[in-house]
This record gives sequence, structure tokens and C-alpha cells, in this order.
Amino acid sequence: MADFTRRDVIKAQAVAAAAAAAGVAVPASAQNLVTDADLTELNWSKAPCRFCGTGCSIMVATKAGRVVATHGDSKAEVNRGLNCVKGYFLSKIMYGEDRLTQPLLRKTNGVYDKEGEFTPVSWDEAFDIMAEKWKATLKEKGPKGIGMFGSGQWTVWEGYAASKLMKAGFRSNNIDPNARHCMASAVAGFMRTFGIDEPMGCYDDFENADAFVLWGSNMAEMHPILWTRIADRKFSHPHVKVAVLSTFKHRSFDLADIPMVFTPQTDLVLLNYIANYLIQNDAVNHDFVGKHVNFRLGNPDIGYGLRPEHPLEQAAENADKAGGSSEMTFEEFATYVEPYTLEYAAEMSGVPAERIEEMAKLYADPDTKVMSLWTMGVNQHTRGVWVNNMIYNIHLLTGKISTPGNSPFSLTGQPSACGTAREVGTFSHRLPADLLVANEEHRRFSEKIWKIPEGTIPGKVGAHAVLQNRLLKDSKINCYWVQVNNNMQAAPNMMEEGLPGYRNPDNFIVVSDAYPTVTAEAADLILPTAMWVEKEGAYGNAERRTQFWHQLVDAPGESMSDLWQLVEFSKRFTTDEVWDAELLEANPEFKGKTLYEVLYKNGQVDAFPIEEASPDNANHEAEAFGFYIQKGLFEEYAQFGRGHGHDLAPFDVYHKERGLRWPVVDGKETQWRFKEGSDPYAKPGSDYDFYGHPDGRARIFALPFEPAPEVPDEEYPYWLSTGRVLEHWHSGSMTQRVPELYKAVPDALCYMHPDDAKEQGLRRGSEVRVSSRRGEIITRIETKGRNKPPRGLVFVPWFDASQLINKVTLDATDPISKQTDFKKCAVKIEPVAG
Amino acid sequence: MKTILISAFVVVTATAAFSENQVATLRGKAPLAETYTAPTFPKVDNSDVRQVRNYPEQPPVIPHKIDGYQIDTKFNKCLDCHSRTAIEVSQAPMVSITHFMDRDSQFLASVSPRRYFCTQCHVPQAEGQPLLENTFVDVDQVLDYIKSNEGGGQ
Repeated sequence: MADFTRRDVIKAQAVAAAAAAAGVAVPASAQNLVTDADLTELNWSKAPCRFCGTGCSIMVATKAGRVVATHGDSKAEVNRGLNCVKGYFLSKIMYGEDRLTQPLLRKTNGVYDKEGEFTPVSWDEAFDIMAEKWKATLKEKGPKGIGMFGSGQWTVWEGYAASKLMKAGFRSNNIDPNARHCMASAVAGFMRTFGIDEPMGCYDDFENADAFVLWGSNMAEMHPILWTRIADRKFSHPHVKVAVLSTFKHRSFDLADIPMVFTPQTDLVLLNYIANYLIQNDAVNHDFVGKHVNFRLGNPDIGYGLRPEHPLEQAAENADKAGGSSEMTFEEFATYVEPYTLEYAAEMSGVPAERIEEMAKLYADPDTKVMSLWTMGVNQHTRGVWVNNMIYNIHLLTGKISTPGNSPFSLTGQPSACGTAREVGTFSHRLPADLLVANEEHRRFSEKIWKIPEGTIPGKVGAHAVLQNRLLKDSKINCYWVQVNNNMQAAPNMMEEGLPGYRNPDNFIVVSDAYPTVTAEAADLILPTAMWVEKEGAYGNAERRTQFWHQLVDAPGESMSDLWQLVEFSKRFTTDEVWDAELLEANPEFKGKTLYEVLYKNGQVDAFPIEEASPDNANHEAEAFGFYIQKGLFEEYAQFGRGHGHDLAPFDVYHKERGLRWPVVDGKETQWRFKEGSDPYAKPGSDYDFYGHPDGRARIFALPFEPAPEVPDEEYPYWLSTGRVLEHWHSGSMTQRVPELYKAVPDALCYMHPDDAKEQGLRRGSEVRVSSRRGEIITRIETKGRNKPPRGLVFVPWFDASQLINKVTLDATDPISKQTDFKKCAVKIEPVAG
Repeated sequence: MKTILISAFVVVTATAAFSENQVATLRGKAPLAETYTAPTFPKVDNSDVRQVRNYPEQPPVIPHKIDGYQIDTKFNKCLDCHSRTAIEVSQAPMVSITHFMDRDSQFLASVSPRRYFCTQCHVPQAEGQPLLENTFVDVDQVLDYIKSNEGGGQ
């Protein structure tokens, strides 16, 4: 047998198959190829991919009400016909056998009971109990007693409808998206450095750069189609260099010329070293810096976003002014970064000095166009905003920005983290188009567009993601609605914060999802939800590209879209029940109106008749409400950004185009912002115009190295990093239900250095307990897989619902962005006895 | 084009399955607070038997082990057997002709670098049953359904 080659095996099987086939009688009249065009023609439509922030366009084939095939859209600039393995299996994500088809309420003996069993109920009964709970809480605690947790996977109009319902309807800013876990540090980084959110560059940079530097990103697995563009560029043009930085070796290292595995948290040191190198080696573009940049000294010692009573918060000098800064000069900045020498950087990071210097030279060489790329390694970081700022520092010192190939590029995790969470502003501190709830002028502007009384939108910043879980546990938020995400699995420190919060007897938790997730199980009411092409939608990707799709099939059973759920729920409340008497006395015309009338049937959202919707596609929401609600919501929303640097094209254009990158001015999209000639908002004669700040200048921040809040010690000797795998999207609620993807990567594993394993008496496949001060999971050791950690660090992905690694993680956040650091905490690894 | 066939294909299991506390099907029966034993490493299909694709565009899954395969800047192990010139000896399927096309759909002299990392689309498969069944319906069955319900599908 040992001599058998693969070819022999195949031959033997082919013979066997032929013999078997010979015994089968084929009917003489049967043609084995269907050729009738009525049958073979498929109905093809475009839709953006349901998964990551890359925003690939997909061609979706339907036949007789079913999705029967999907492939990469050859007409789309983003992916030009390609998909990753997840994208190729999009056809199957809606067809898991356990789709939810009816609302389910926890009941005992026919009545709601927090400890009861999930029992099918009608939508009417579901909304009845929700409204009852919401009204009771609003009466007792006011708007601060309710909360909502949404997603960067909400469509543009769903996020907009939700934000409006919470901020203008219920007058509560306790709404946040799971993009808080994902992109908040990138947002705060943009706002601090540029005064306006989202990348200045675009994906065309991939075909123009001479060097790519990955800061803690594993694009080969997490942004595979963008990785194909880097691979194409590098292999086709041999001068192109790729530098990959990470705290462990992974698939992106397969393309690296300069591989660098660094000690967690020392990216802060490496970045300051590069700034110092540029200054010491006369590589600063003084003309650019003199005209377009200011220098700021950022507040140090800002804490870790833990509960305020935590000793680390008590000890932090600037925990309450984490985002503060003061003016400084270039010379002062130069002195500030001077201690960050090559020797210090090598010693702190553990990366060989020559590699660090080689990377610095890529940035320093004026003839090398550099694209820096990052996502969760930088953003999920207790100093994530700083790292964002420090990457921009390097690009600004060299003037390598806003031109083709010179591009600090913040990648996005979710399909509409940009389009919905950020641009629509579903964060607890935001309004559409970068406006802020804490800014009175911004609130007045928003109230005017929304046609609601002055003073309706509350000025107090609401609870962010991690704080929402803490407030649920502390019984401060009692009614809570989760849509399009699986936060029980995704949020940090599940055992101490998330689970006690959801199961707190004082609280009523509603979860809208297509599938019975971990979060759904922790809820009291589950609402079955239409997904992806079961509704009309819009997403915005990482390069500011807005993409639309039509409803292509119907959702199963009684499933309804998030949009329908939000708008239908608004009918259950009148202003008298949710607004205070003072506001109503001053605005008597709003008395007695339903929130539906105030927010959605307001003469704008209902301005477009159903006849304007596509005659070839169903549109359940338009049919339900009697007007083209998606168009109405979008056009009202677009008023925020048009003429203000966030211009969106007319609604109908997006149904024809493969997306457009905003600002779209005079029908033209914008590839490179802030550069005169490319960005219509850059003032004539400015050359570069960083118009997000009133002085037109970007800001370079002087920021120090500070340690992580929890580092390995004798009892918990390993760093734990968590993350994703190529084959699964986030918590696996869709991809684990596609058999091919499940079988590709069925279970989470603990990736560990073989010497660490040996030292602990473990080997590949050993069953282990991974535990921290907060919780534990049981998993198995992998020492030979795709991820190769250095000694002292383990990696566990979080897609596996049966191995909830967020029981182990720490709920420390960046104090500025409030984004959790999922990449660093201390754990121990022990064999499971027996 | 609004005919719905879902009920014709899907065995409805919902109602009976849901009168209970634990609904997170991907966890089996483990309550959220509990931590259960981890499954052993599954055997990976190494049969070399090709599987039917769900639709023609689907990248075929890999019907053999790829442990330790090198795919980096220096070498691509998969092309040892699957390249245009290797298949006579290996009798493995040739890399699809789509893989020779650049971003502008023009054919190159060799496999496009954008397709270099095979495992971005092609994945091996563990043996055994999926965690949950998927009710996706193959297009041939959809056509059979349409044919057997004259005028019912279009």
C-alpha cells in the first residue's frame, strides 16, 4: 500500500466509477443536458458581499425564488471577479436548517417569564411585551434606562432608522454598534489627526505603491481579496517590498520581505523610532510639514477604560482627559522622539535591529511610495488611537499621503462599519456625517433636518458597547435591543459582565437575528430576521464606496428585516409617552403623534411612492409602509453630508453603479481626499488641504510608550491574542452553517509555540484549559498550524460558539475610543486532567 | 419571478425544536456559562475523490491533506501537481483557465499572481458530518421542480 501513488488511487477509483455507471440504464429519450433557455437562464443581480469591510461585489443568481449561485463580479473595481472562500459560499449562508422563523418569547405557563422557555409568539405579542417593558422603564428611569446595540452589518437605512428612533424618538444616546469593538480607535485617530473620518486614499493605491507595511494586520486571512491585489502588485513588479508586523507569525508572512514579530504593545516604540529615524536622517519633507502640519503633545497616563474603581484607573493621571493635548513645535517633537533609538526599539520589540531599520528606510526614501495598512492589531489596543495617530505621524512627516500609492490606509472589519456605523453615526456620541451629540450646533442642525423640535436630541454622550454591558449588570439599563450581531460571543469578559448583564432579572433583552446565536440564547425575546438579499440594502466599504442591492429572495417564515422591526415598533409609542411635558408644551403640534409619524411619516422619509421601487424586485418594507422607505430614509440622511464633504449621489444612481466613493460631487466620485485636483473640497492653490480642521492642517501627535494593563506574570504566564480565521466570519453564525466552511475549520484551537507546549508537557492535540482571572475555556493545542506564535504568546480565534474565548478576555479599552483590546491579556494553559 | 418554493424544499422543524431554554444550536447542549470538553482533531479527507460543486463557480474543495504545504514567495507546492504542465504526470485537475487572467480579464503567460495563494479559496475538508444541515438547493433540483410544476417557476 505504501507504494501506491495518488495517481494509482485515482485510476482505481475511476475504473470503479465507470463500472458502476455501466450498470445504470439511461433512458433512451433523456437528454443529459438541459438546454431550454427558459430553464437555464438565471436571474443575475449585483450585491456587495455580506462579510468583511473590503466590499467585494457579488453576482447573485436566483431561480424560482432561491439563490442558486454566487460569484465575484467581474465589473467591480474592488474585486474584479474574485471572491475569497467565504464569498464563494455566500449562496448557502441563508439556508442553515435552523433559521429562525417565528418570534420566540421566554414563557412559563403561557406568560412571559425571564426564566421561562422560548415559546413561539406572534409579532403582535412580541411588540406588545416589548412596548410594555420599554414604557415601564421610560417612566421609571427615563431615556437612560433603555439601550440598543447595533452593528456595522446594519444596512445604511437600518442604522439610520435605528439612530433616529433612539436619539430623536426615545431621546436616548444609549445606542452603539459593534463597530465600537472594531473601528472606534480608527475613528478617533482620524478625528484627532484630520478632523474628519475615513481614509483619504482608496484601493487604487494597491496598484501604485512600491512598499506595503502591515501594522498588526493579517490581510491574507482577514482581507483576502485586498491581499490578492498586494500579491499581484508584488509578484508582477519585483521591486515592490512587503513588511509584515505582528505579535505572531501568520499567513501574511508568506509574502513578507521584512517579517517582524514584535512583543505586544511595542508597536508604540517602533513607530516613535521611525519618526526619530526620519528626523535624524534628514528624511522629513519640511516643505510639506511647514505648510500642512501642526504638532501637538498628547496627554500621557490616560488609564485603560476599566471600571472607574479599578486601581489602574484610580492611578491614571489623565483618565478623565484622555484625548487632551497641547501645542508644541517641530523641534520639541524631535526632542520628544529622540530617546526612541534603534537599539531601544530592538530591545523593547524583540525584532532584529536591521529589519526595523530596513522598514524605516522604506518610509524615508522619497522615491518609495508606501501604503501602511492596519485593522484590529492597531484598533483593538488600549493605546489604539495613539497608534493610529503615530502611523499618520510618519506619513505626514514624509508627505506620503493622499497621492496614488502613498497611503496610510485604515482597513475596515465589517461590510458597513464605514457606511453605517461611522457615516450614519450610530455611535453613542455621533450623529450623521461626523456630527457630535455633545455639540449644540450639530444637534440643532440635525433637528432641523429631522424636522423635530429644538432640544429633542439629548446632549449627553450615551453608553458605549462595553459600558452598556456594565450598565446592564448594574441594573442601570433595563431594556435592551440587539440587532445584527452576536455580542454575547463577541464582547470581552463575558462571565463577569456580558452574561450577568443579560440574565439580570431586572432586564428585558431582545435579540433580532436570522439564527439562534449565543446572544439569542441569552435573550428574553428573539425576533426572526431577514438577512442580506432578503431585503433591499446599502453598505459602505473601507474606501468610502457606497454600494446598493435589491431584495432578491424572500426571507423564510415570519422573518422580517431590521428596518421593518424598527419602524413598526415606533408605531407603538406616542410623543406623550416618551417626551417630557416641557418639550411638548413648547411644541404642541407634536402632541399625541406616534413616533412613526414624527420620525418616518414626516413628509421626507415618505416622500417617494412605492412605484419608484424596482418593478422586478419585491420590497417588503415598501409594501408594508406604503412608500419607498429605503429611498426616503437615504435621501433624508444624504442631506447631512451634501455640501459638507460627505456628498452622496442620488439614491437611484447607486442601484446602477458598482458603488461610488464619496464625496460624490457633480456626479464624480473622489479617489484621493485632501489633495488639490483630486478632491473637489481642497481649496485652489492649497496643494494639500486638510479641511477637517479649521486651519486646514493635519496634526502630528507626540505620544509615549505605555505598558498594557495586564501583562503575563508567574501565575498567568502567556499573552493571549484573539482574532479571526479566513474561513469564518466573526462569530461563525453564518459560516459555521455552511458545511464546506465548517469542515474547513470546524473548531477553535489554541495556537502555541512547540517549545512552550513541550515545557508544559503538552503536545499537538492535547486538551487544555485556557484561563485568565475572569474565565476559562477548554480547547486543544495546535503547534503546527497556520499561526506560529513566538514563545510566551498563544492565539485563540473567537468564531467557535462552543469555545467562547471572550469568557477569558479583559474588558480594558482605549480610554479615548472606548474600543476593547482583544489582543492582550494574561492567561495560563493547563492540561485537562484525565 | 416571485414564486416561493421554500416550503417545497425545506423540512420544517422549527416549532417543536424551540420550546426550551437552550437554542444556540452551534453549542450543542452546553449552557452558556458551562465549558465542555473539546472535540479531538478530526480526520481530514485524503481520499482524492472530487466532490460535486454546489454551482459551477464554486472553487472545488481540496480532497486531500495539505499539511506543511509551502505557498510563499519562494515556492507554491500546489502547482507541483496542478500546474498546466504538471498534470500529465500527476493526473490532478489543472488550475482553472480563469486563473490565468489578470484584473482586466486578459490571459497571461502563466497563472496570475492574484491567484497565487491557493488556500484563499480552496480548502481541505474534515471527515464526518457538518454541525448543521444546509438546505441550499442545487440548481438541477430547482429546474426539476420547475419542470414538474409547469408554469410554476417562472
